[in-house]
This record gives sequence, C-alpha cells and structure tokens, in this order.
Amino acid sequence: MRNVDVRDLTESIKALALDANCNIGTPFIDVLRKAIKREKSEIGKNVLEQIIENDEIAEKNHEPMCQDTGMVVVFLEIGYDIHFNGDIYDAVNEGVRQAYQEGLFRKSVAKHPITRGNTNDNTPAVIHVKLTPGDRIKIILAPKGGGSENMSLVKMLIPSDGVEGIKKLVLHTIFYAGGKPCPPLIVGIGLGGNLEESALIAKEAIMRELDDVNPDPVLAALEKELLDEINLLGVGPMGFGGSTTALAVKINAFPCHIASLPVAINLQCHASRHKSMVF
Amino acid sequence: MKLHTPITEQNIYDMKAGEIVYLSGTLYTGRDSAHKRMVESLEEGKKLPVDFHGQAIYYTGPTPAKENRPIGSCGPTSSYRMDAYSLPLMKQGLKVMIGKGDRSDEFIKDMIEQKAVYLQAVGGAGALLSRKVIKSEVVAYADLVAEAIYKLEVIDFPAIVTYDIHGGNLIADEIKKYNQIKV
Repeated sequence: MRNVDVRDLTESIKALALDANCNIGTPFIDVLRKAIKREKSEIGKNVLEQIIENDEIAEKNHEPMCQDTGMVVVFLEIGYDIHFNGDIYDAVNEGVRQAYQEGLFRKSVAKHPITRGNTNDNTPAVIHVKLTPGDRIKIILAPKGGGSENMSLVKMLIPSDGVEGIKKLVLHTIFYAGGKPCPPLIVGIGLGGNLEESALIAKEAIMRELDDVNPDPVLAALEKELLDEINLLGVGPMGFGGSTTALAVKINAFPCHIASLPVAINLQCHASRHKSMVF
Repeated sequence: MKLHTPITEQNIYDMKAGEIVYLSGTLYTGRDSAHKRMVESLEEGKKLPVDFHGQAIYYTGPTPAKENRPIGSCGPTSSYRMDAYSLPLMKQGLKVMIGKGDRSDEFIKDMIEQKAVYLQAVGGAGALLSRKVIKSEVVAYADLVAEAIYKLEVIDFPAIVTYDIHGGNLIADEIKKYNQIKV
C-alpha cells in the first residue's frame, strides 16, 4: 500500500494545466511545419505560419496560446494499491483553480447550462477515473476548447451502415463544421461501446500521440484512409480553403451491442493541448 | 488594405472577399452573453451601452492581462453563435463584425441589406493577435468578466474579408478550389 497526499495530486494538476495552456510542444510545431510544405493554398500556408508564430510567442512568454483556455478534462489512472488521505476530486479541482488564477487563464465554465453565470475559477473539471494494477498514478490533462467541442457529436449508426456509413458521417461532420472547430484538426473517433462509452473513447483518442500507430490493423488502415479523404474536403486551415484540414485521425474501438454501431466524433482544434505525467 | 475606424460607406464598398484588411482604431469586443443582453435591451426600448454607428465588433473573450500588457490572449470565437443577434446591432449602425467560421445564409442576406461586412481573424492565434492591441478597457457589462464589452485600441489588426456586400464569399469560393470529394 502506498499512501499519497492529495496535495501532491493538486500540485501535479496545477503544473500540467499551467504547462498545457502555454506550451504546445516541438513535435506538434514540427507537424505544422511539414503541413506548410504540403499545403496547396497560399492563404492556407499563411494561416499555418501564423499559428506557428502564435504558438512560439505563447511558449516564449509563458502565456496562453488561445484565449479559450478550455474546460479541463482529466484522465486519472490510479493504482489499486494506493491510499489517498483526502478527496481526489476536490484535489483535482483545487489544482485547476490555482492554475487558472495564477496562469491568468480565462474562466470558461458556466455555472448552469440554462441560467449560465460563471463559476469564476474554471472548476469543475470533467474527471474520468480508471483503476489499474500497481501503485502509480497517471494523469492526462487537457484544456478542451468550446469551438471544437461544439462541432463534435455521437450518432448511433446500425451494423448495416458499416464502414461506408462511418466515413460518410465523419466527412459530412468535418465539411459542414468548416472553420468553426479551428482546423487543422486532430479527429478523435470512438467506435462501438454504447452512447457514453463511444464518446469517452473518442476523447481518449485525441489524447494519443500524433505519431503513434494503432495496434488494430483494421483501425490503422481506416485512420489513414479517413485522413486522406478529410484532406480532400478542401476546408483547409481555419476553413479558409486548402489541403490541410486534419493532421491526424485517431480511432479507438470497444465491443458493442449486436444491434448497434455507435460512432462518436470528437474534434480537437489545432491548439491541441494535453499533458501527462506519472508519479 | 489599411483601414481606420470609424468605417465609411466607401470603405464597405471597397472591401472585397479574400482581401486582407489591417484595421486600426477601435474594436469593441462582444460574445454570446453581451450580445444577448444588448438585444434584450433593444427589445425593452433601452439604449445600447455603446454607439455602434460606423463601428466594428470583435467576437472575443480575452484572458486576463499580464502585468504591463494591455490585454491577454484574444483570438476570435465562432461567429455563428452571434447570428441570432446580429441584425438588431447592424440596424444600430454596426458595420464590421470580426470572428471565425462561416455564418448562416440569413445572416449573409441581412448583412448585405444593412451594408455591413464580415471579416475573419485566425482562430487560435490569440497570443499573436494580442500584439496588435495597444489599449483595452471595459466599457459595459463588467460583471460578465471575459464576456464584458471591452473597447480595444488596435494597430494593423489583421483580418480577411469573408462576406462582402457584392455577394463575395471567401469560404465558399476557396473551399470549392480545393474540394476533391463529395459529401
């Protein structure tokens, strides 16, 4: 049994949120640079250059790359052999509260979906907890922007819709979203499970590393095929037209009911912010 | 093209879809909550907190400013969420709207009738765009914090003309050039 002080969890969450909002990381900027070389539209190239310049300013000055510093999503993987000395949800929210205050990030959480208002400290975070073997804690933290989340969806397809149905839904969603989700996108797709599981695995999909390879060969092939087709849509950087609409497609799958083919599409804008740590 | 607020009728006529405008002068910020409140005021027969004649509104909700900086990160938010509120503001003289993303056909029709234009700034480039702002102050609805109406003083704020009064539509025209697959 390992005893963990929840204050350590708070500190970790705070550090990840401060870093994620300001520092997109060199691998992502390298991917954008490669995209400029392939981009056919001059306006598109110019938009990609502005995005890189923006991300470099943010990192250098430690300031948020985007004013939408998001609603925070936290994935916690917690070893069975851990005992906490307090409430982990409170500890996570405290870390978010401190980061958003100190980092001068925007408080983007409305108190109530109908009466609105603002919680004024960017809490609560959306927290997903998974139990794992051992005595380690893995945290993935993502400030998720509203623009790309608003263009995301879950659709309950049926088995006869098949791969063609999935592709049609993805292409249609991205084409009609246009510039609103801030392309170039990372497209997270959750296939299978049920209504909520598909959405959850789609969210997990956008946390994957850009250059990872899907271990499922069927999904790996579909990721590639969809990426190529999405980039033929012509939406382009920020929807100004061009050949760079998505930088990656990531598909996660889960078994599903014999009657169903749930498809969740979670779009991630080019301010693709997520950071992780294990302790 | 370089422009300075207030925007004249001639300026509106000259702005053509696809052209990059470097705007100097005043931009008023406003997003969902401020728009809702302004339109409710008009419906109640009250005056708006800002005189929009010949003015520009920028759909953004900035992050708090660091010490010695006029504003925090301030990129555009999606404009379609303001479609339902735009006509009453254009009727109050609003001439330029700056945001990101496409808008409804109804908005475009109203915009042309009201002789106004829609521009886009680069979404997600909030840190870069904040360098074009030299001054900012809250002028209305301070309780809305990031959603309050700020008066920004800007120099050469870059935005691309997206819908013009001649029927030009940057989004439709450019996407068509690169679209190779039917949806």
